[in-house]
Amino acid sequence: MYQYDKYDQQMVDTRVEEFRDQTRRRLSGELSEEKFRPLRLMNGLYLQLHAYMLRVAVPYGTLSGAQMKALGDIADKYDRGYGHFTTRQNIQYNWIKLEDAPEILADLAKVEMHAIQTSGNCIRNISSDHFAGAAADEIIDPRPYAELLRQWSSFHPEFSYLPRKFKIAVIASDTDRAAMRLHDIGIQMVRNDAGEIGCAFYVGGGMGRTPMVAPLINAFVPLDELITYSEACLRVYNRHGRRDNKYKARIKILVHEMGKDEYTRQVEEEFTHLKAQGIEPPLAELARIEPYFADPAFKTGIVDEIASDAPDFALWVGRNTVLHKAPGYVSAVISLKPVGGIPGDASADQIRLMGDLATEYSFDECRVMHTQNIVLPHVEKGRLKELYDTLAANGLAAPNLDTIEDIIACPGLDYCSLANARSIPVAQKISERFAGNGKTAALGELKLKISGCINACGHHHAGHIGILGVDKKGVENYQLLLGGSEAQDTSLGKITGPGFDEDGIVDAVEKATDVYLEKREDGERFLDTYRRIGMDPFKEAIYG
Amino acid sequence: MVELLRFRDDEPSESPAVTVDSFGDQSNAGAVRIEPGDDARELLPHLAHVRRVEINFPVFGDGRGYSAARILREAGFEGEIRAVGDVAVDQLAYMRRCGFDAFQPDKAMNDADVEVALSRWDDVYQKTTDGLTPIWALRHGNADV
Ligand code: HEM
Ligand code: SF4
Repeated sequence: MYQYDKYDQQMVDTRVEEFRDQTRRRLSGELSEEKFRPLRLMNGLYLQLHAYMLRVAVPYGTLSGAQMKALGDIADKYDRGYGHFTTRQNIQYNWIKLEDAPEILADLAKVEMHAIQTSGNCIRNISSDHFAGAAADEIIDPRPYAELLRQWSSFHPEFSYLPRKFKIAVIASDTDRAAMRLHDIGIQMVRNDAGEIGCAFYVGGGMGRTPMVAPLINAFVPLDELITYSEACLRVYNRHGRRDNKYKARIKILVHEMGKDEYTRQVEEEFTHLKAQGIEPPLAELARIEPYFADPAFKTGIVDEIASDAPDFALWVGRNTVLHKAPGYVSAVISLKPVGGIPGDASADQIRLMGDLATEYSFDECRVMHTQNIVLPHVEKGRLKELYDTLAANGLAAPNLDTIEDIIACPGLDYCSLANARSIPVAQKISERFAGNGKTAALGELKLKISGCINACGHHHAGHIGILGVDKKGVENYQLLLGGSEAQDTSLGKITGPGFDEDGIVDAVEKATDVYLEKREDGERFLDTYRRIGMDPFKEAIYG
Repeated sequence: MVELLRFRDDEPSESPAVTVDSFGDQSNAGAVRIEPGDDARELLPHLAHVRRVEINFPVFGDGRGYSAARILREAGFEGEIRAVGDVAVDQLAYMRRCGFDAFQPDKAMNDADVEVALSRWDDVYQKTTDGLTPIWALRHGNADV
């Protein structure tokens, strides 16, 4: 994985000092909250219902064992012994004191981490495929390109006061595991007819109150123009994105209102201009970054079987391990969705343990998934049972990847000042209901996602089943959506009809899944059945 | 406390700035003021007559002025680019990188803070027209990209 050189380290250390100074000026009253706000936001510090929340960047979701352990230590030292993994492959701490924040950033800098630009109207942490470097279907590891973009976007002098936040994802396979087209810029690494690697640019996707799937604006940007092209995309947005209404300020609205063709034309014009400015790092810089992401020393000739017929283990292997490109290895997913738990939460001890397991079993590497789980990307099949036993002994072996229990949920009204409704208790009740009635297995792949308000941090638009918390005359109410997807078949869910109270929504979800169980044809997932039979049978069952 | 912070050796021009719209007809104006919604590129044909461009920040969070300044510098403009309005010490470093070389904030800045803000960053990740060598160039032994 990438390692800082003296320059990277110095940038991060300098930022810590800068923020220490800004915090001091805030605490002394020299800086008003209004002026301090954008500065703290650019360091990932939000003011929430009960305390400050700190969001730490995990660039493209990749962490070393030592980094993961440091995250556990921070949870103990500065929070209440918990960390919360998020849909943007980051980690959040919900109970932070302002005066501690500079010290936390200093602790992070010691393990080459930071919270730079994890909020604010700037270019945010770059996300990527959580199976990068392990997936059998990728054409190349997308992370070197994400790292190049990370450096370019960090402390960008022109793009730190954008109309709104800006999220970029980079993937390198046709299977999309990063919701690429729901980002402001989605980049897919592709190979052209001449066999060269380049970047397909999708611009103007996003969720929030006006969800949109990003259109393709350039099918092949050569590698040595990646930064220049990105700069052009951002400049057109910075100059012309709407600033009169914060709900219309995302680039998706610009691309939509201006039209994809006109936006693309302006980008190309700016691109031509910028090419003459020589702002592109040389390919030698990519060549410097790439070896950090080289394959670890996979053993050859090792067992390619998973030997054990213990039923619990077999179930976990079937659900939570994923095909790897190297024979004898799998990627193993540690579910942070125990039945009745808080999706994405882990205790300090669990976080440290996962760090140790990454070192011990996975070439010192783990990943944060946007589904709020953790991946050990490279595990020997022959050692899986051992790994499983340790996970099981520590409450980390829920066998439910991609099932209805693997729920994405935003923090909701339990923590978030913008929320209309709680998300976490709904997630807890649903996972308890389905674990209790035993239908999880029969339902197979079913992605359920919950947001506590229209901002869609929980990706509800993109759930096969989505739940949206709304405020109905001061009472928490939940709308049900069906048919969303954030994979390569990206689609946005549709609302079934009137909303429900907290117990009503759990019943409605179960009714919808019963329709699927009754109507499905061979091999169909919930989403496929919904797409084939449409909304009506579901409506009848739910409201009939 | 500084009212006008300037990083140029020439005498400040204090001729009143006209709007971008009216500038086209008054090419003897010498100074022009860009508001956030204005297109800096409209000035490009006239840059030879301009000594000072003021870029207004009615609210500091509106970052269009950063692009405007870079566009002027990228077109080779060597006159003064002055940030006016809601500009604070925490924006100075990025503004310098984008080509601003004078600052006239609504609220005066503290000298010591200015000094700290401008000396803090040794290196930069991006290339702009400010002459600093980006980190990628330092890494590859090319100090004058
Ligand atoms: C608790 C404090 C949080 C606040 C105040 C907050 C605020 C917001 C707001 C206002 C938006 C809408 C932005 C827009 O459409 O322009 C948004 C979107 C989003 N947030 Fe959060 N959020 C919070 C926590 C989280 C967490 C914990 C996650 C990850 C689990 C998250 C992930 C996202 C994502 C993925 C989006 C959608 C991005 C898009 O619109 O394209 N947020 N958030
Ligand atoms: S979706 Fe709404 S309630 Fe949930 S975290 Fe985002 S802003 Fe808060």
